[in-house]
Amino acid sequence: MANPTHPAEPVDGFDFYVAEDEHHEPGTMLGFWMYLMSDSLIFGILFAVYAVLGANYAAGPAPSDLFEIEKILLATAFLLLSSITYGFAVITMQEGKQKAMMLWLIVTGVFGLGFLAMEVMEFMHLAHLGAVPGVSAFLSSFWFLVGTHGLHVASGVVWLVVLLIQVQKHGLTPANKRRILCLSLFWHFLDLIWIGVFSFVYLTGVLL
Amino acid sequence: MNPVGDVASQQADLIIYATVLMLIVIVPVIALTVFFAMRYRASEKERTYEPEWDHSVSLEIVIWSVPLAIIIMLAGLTWVATHRLDPYADLTRISATQPIDENVTPLQVQVVAMDWKWLFIYPEYNIATVNEMATIVDRPVELKLTATTVMNAFYVPDMVGMIYAMAGMETELNGVLNSEGTYEGFASHYNGAGFSKMRFDVQALDEAGFAAWVADAQSVPQDLTRATFEQLEQPSIDDDVAYYASVEDGLWRRIVNMCVGEDTMCMDEMMMIDAMGGGGLEGMPDAGMDHGDNAAMTGH
Amino acid sequence: MADVTNAVAGHSAEITNQVHWFWGKLSWDIFPFYDPLILGTFIVTILLGVSVVGFVTYKRLWGYLWTEWFTSVDHKKIGIMYMILATVMLIRGFSDAILMRIHQALASAGILEFLPAYHYDQVFTAHGVIMIFFVAMPFITGFMNYIMPLQIGARDVAFPFLNNFSFWLTFSGVVLIMLSLFVGEFAATGWLAFPPLSGLEFSPGVGVDYYLWSLNIAGIGTTLSGINLIVTIVKMRAPGMTWMKMPIFTWSTLVTNVLIVASFPVLTATLALLTADRYLGTHFFTNDSGGNAMMYINLIWIWGHPEVYILILPVFGIFSEIVPTFTRKRLFGYTSMVYALCVITILSYLVWLHHFFTMGAGADVNSFFGITTMIISIPTGAKLFNWLFTMYKGRIHFELPMMWVIAFMITFTIGGMTGVLLAVPPADYVLHNSLFLVAHFHNVIIGGVIFGIFAGINYWWPKAFGFYLDTFWGKVSFYGWVGGFWVAFMPLYILGLMGVTRRLSQFEDTSYAPLFAIAAVGVFMIALGVVAFVVQIAVSIKNREALACGNDPWEGRTLEWSTTSPPPYYNFALTPRVYALDAWQHMKENGAKAPTSGFVPIHMPKPTASGLVISGFMTVMGFAMIWHIWWLAALGFIASVAWGIAHTFNYDRDYHVPLDEVTAIETGRPVAVLAE
Repeated sequence: MANPTHPAEPVDGFDFYVAEDEHHEPGTMLGFWMYLMSDSLIFGILFAVYAVLGANYAAGPAPSDLFEIEKILLATAFLLLSSITYGFAVITMQEGKQKAMMLWLIVTGVFGLGFLAMEVMEFMHLAHLGAVPGVSAFLSSFWFLVGTHGLHVASGVVWLVVLLIQVQKHGLTPANKRRILCLSLFWHFLDLIWIGVFSFVYLTGVLL
Repeated sequence: MNPVGDVASQQADLIIYATVLMLIVIVPVIALTVFFAMRYRASEKERTYEPEWDHSVSLEIVIWSVPLAIIIMLAGLTWVATHRLDPYADLTRISATQPIDENVTPLQVQVVAMDWKWLFIYPEYNIATVNEMATIVDRPVELKLTATTVMNAFYVPDMVGMIYAMAGMETELNGVLNSEGTYEGFASHYNGAGFSKMRFDVQALDEAGFAAWVADAQSVPQDLTRATFEQLEQPSIDDDVAYYASVEDGLWRRIVNMCVGEDTMCMDEMMMIDAMGGGGLEGMPDAGMDHGDNAAMTGH
Repeated sequence: MADVTNAVAGHSAEITNQVHWFWGKLSWDIFPFYDPLILGTFIVTILLGVSVVGFVTYKRLWGYLWTEWFTSVDHKKIGIMYMILATVMLIRGFSDAILMRIHQALASAGILEFLPAYHYDQVFTAHGVIMIFFVAMPFITGFMNYIMPLQIGARDVAFPFLNNFSFWLTFSGVVLIMLSLFVGEFAATGWLAFPPLSGLEFSPGVGVDYYLWSLNIAGIGTTLSGINLIVTIVKMRAPGMTWMKMPIFTWSTLVTNVLIVASFPVLTATLALLTADRYLGTHFFTNDSGGNAMMYINLIWIWGHPEVYILILPVFGIFSEIVPTFTRKRLFGYTSMVYALCVITILSYLVWLHHFFTMGAGADVNSFFGITTMIISIPTGAKLFNWLFTMYKGRIHFELPMMWVIAFMITFTIGGMTGVLLAVPPADYVLHNSLFLVAHFHNVIIGGVIFGIFAGINYWWPKAFGFYLDTFWGKVSFYGWVGGFWVAFMPLYILGLMGVTRRLSQFEDTSYAPLFAIAAVGVFMIALGVVAFVVQIAVSIKNREALACGNDPWEGRTLEWSTTSPPPYYNFALTPRVYALDAWQHMKENGAKAPTSGFVPIHMPKPTASGLVISGFMTVMGFAMIWHIWWLAALGFIASVAWGIAHTFNYDRDYHVPLDEVTAIETGRPVAVLAE
């Protein structure tokens, strides 16, 4: 087609083409939020399952026979503290202090590992008592809910390590900042889920 | 759809009413589709053509309100019919012309769906049958249903709509057959390899015929005990009709609570313990043993 | 009494449950080649596979396929790959349908039962799973992928790599389900695998494991694709395209993906729980130790009902694009169409219990869910009326897409009516699980989804490839499908009313035989439609020069018609600015011309192999889990995570198309032919 040249100029008052390359604000944060919503649905189902099956002990142990609330409290403290330290990491990131941010992230990771260690100890304790998932529907739903949360924290820790390496290599680039913010969302999200687990599973289990 | 039971015929009538009600919208839609498609085809150049016409408040009101009106009527019909034909509710009439007789209690039948056959227990007569059920004409039947393994549905199209039968649970179904004959019953929820052959006959008999049928069953030298039940429970396909002259006391409760076997705890006892806060660590099946190995993972 | 040991445990008993440390449950006995049918299929599949591989190798196309397709992050190419995948799986799923129809026709007449129950049960399970997850889903995902970004004036989706990854995850599910045909067995549980039947106790074989891993891997892909498309719509619309100026297909894509993101996680969680029951000995859905199988039925339908709307809503969008185009008229009641979509989206979460009225819930609960179900028919009815009044005072051009629309409007209305009938609980007590139900959902899925897919393929093919689809074979396909549907499924409605249950493979009563025979004739008419569709594509590709079309062959109204056919890989050299609904129509009316100068370099994503590689590892992991080869499963898992992490170390993911190249493409205006 040997048409005359049409520059992208307004026609009849309508400017039909955007002359410069359109820059869309990246949708990463929105996408990550949506992922978190979908993940919270998974947890929602697991909570619902626990609500339905949580009192089916199959004539076996009930929460009050198993939970050591003091240790759970300690684990909870680890996780909550890790959320705060992640908050500090984000603040220092906004200030552009890479070293400080990395330090805070390492502290966060250590708290996360502490939480995981507590959880593994709890699971080992339960296994030693014989209170494994196959004993009753209550234990199935308990292990699955807490275990799924634990796996999330574990993957969060792995992600944290990966991010530390990436920040070390590339510095606080926009891409890295975005990733740190995504992990921050993920980390606080897991905290929120844990508060649900702690109050809904452990506290009611021991108190009621 | 030519049922001989009152409940089934009410359900059939309901299907017809609902269909007619919906046809009030469906027929015009289909007719208009064909009519518009013919009338406004591109070759009909003289027809009005309004490419910009895309909105009409009055038309939209009609579009939304006509289906709404139909659905309101249908919803009313549904509410009333669902409550009247609730499978758990006692019948309110024997047939359209026959009210319920206060003195007649429904015929009790306990139904067990097994892999892949049906067991019917008649508590009033203390007999049980396999793959054959009998009722008395015009006497309401109250079925209690459960299953030994997977999910099942019990369906006798001529008598009443279906209901699931599930292990560890008891469902209920009320129906009646209004004329003598032999009718088909079957499993209507897929349940594995023997599904297609999990069928049985339902005989609707008069009082005398039913008495003879019961006497037949009672004359068989075979009793339904926990032991014979466990044999019967083994998977089998296309079983012949069988009778049991008597039924061990409390067997139904054990079937529903899945504790016919010698060393299994009954569900109701288990639920009682759970309601009291569980059986503690001692309550576990292999409590006191070494749990270091994977055997504990299966819980058995 | 039949030989129980064989029929009951079927051949799964032969599959040893001994787990070897290296081979897992794999052994020589697992190949079901003693069955001549499977052996035959296997040989044909191998021959087909070898000839395809041979052809590609002979033509030296591997490099081309790898760089231009497999690793491509172009939403258009991914969309086309989804469509090809769906078409291939349609043929597989349809073969199952033919088997079932022939079997039932012969068995009900007492002539021959050529499929043993154990085999027949796998066939109907596979048919359902494949048709929903690997035919209907990839078809609609393909459409949403291809069309939506073009309609909103975007260059690609928000997360191009994720899009490629989602496709390969779906493919991974397909690989596993196809493997089950020849290696081991598939589930014999029905397409939703209700426990306790699908639990370890009653399905000890690997069939259900194939089901679980296939669906879970594919399901994750679907969720990710849902997130991706929502973000694309929210963030990447052309300037000026406000919510109420969005094309209706894009609206339907948006609500569909909201449904996907809000329902597929439920499926993932539910299947994960069943997986735990089978692998870890938990008691979520078992009969004993406090498990509750009814909870599975509830959970799976909390996903399952929205799933129905995930399939139908995009198709409503397709119809809503086609009707205005072929009536040369604006869509009637755009606003009420949008509200109808949103209302359906919300209501689809409030009706799940209607799938099991017969489970013994009380009358209040049953009537509540029955009535909410009926309410959905109001917005759906409104949509039908809107299409009707779009036709009113229009100029209707009966091209193939419009023919499919008319067939849909008539067929779907009937399906909607039987659906509302099933929503009346006492009617459902009679019709549940019967062939009436089977006829109903085929009525809405074939008459709705499949007709819509064919309408869409005929409508957008010229856009994607630059030439029309052959009309003669298109009409053969149309009449085969539409006629075949009526002949195949009307008898099933009648059989259902006669009280015949679904999923039967053996019959005592031969009085049903004539109706089953008619249904079998219908399925062969549909077979003609399927074959004609493949022929249509082949003939059209062969005659592509004669069938060549312009950029806007149908006088389209939305932005995808404003670019070339096929569109350049960057879609739009300059992003269009939108002033009205039916943006392209508005541009045409106001004399807009495609710019031929004033271009700028275009920012585009780079292709990557990561999606394919990670999905490959996940397929290996799934296969290893199915066969209990723990070391390989661990290896597959670690490899996929490791590759995923390695992928994040690649920061060099995009580039700018140089100005010269853009100018060359835009001013050269290449003749539209199939990519060569």
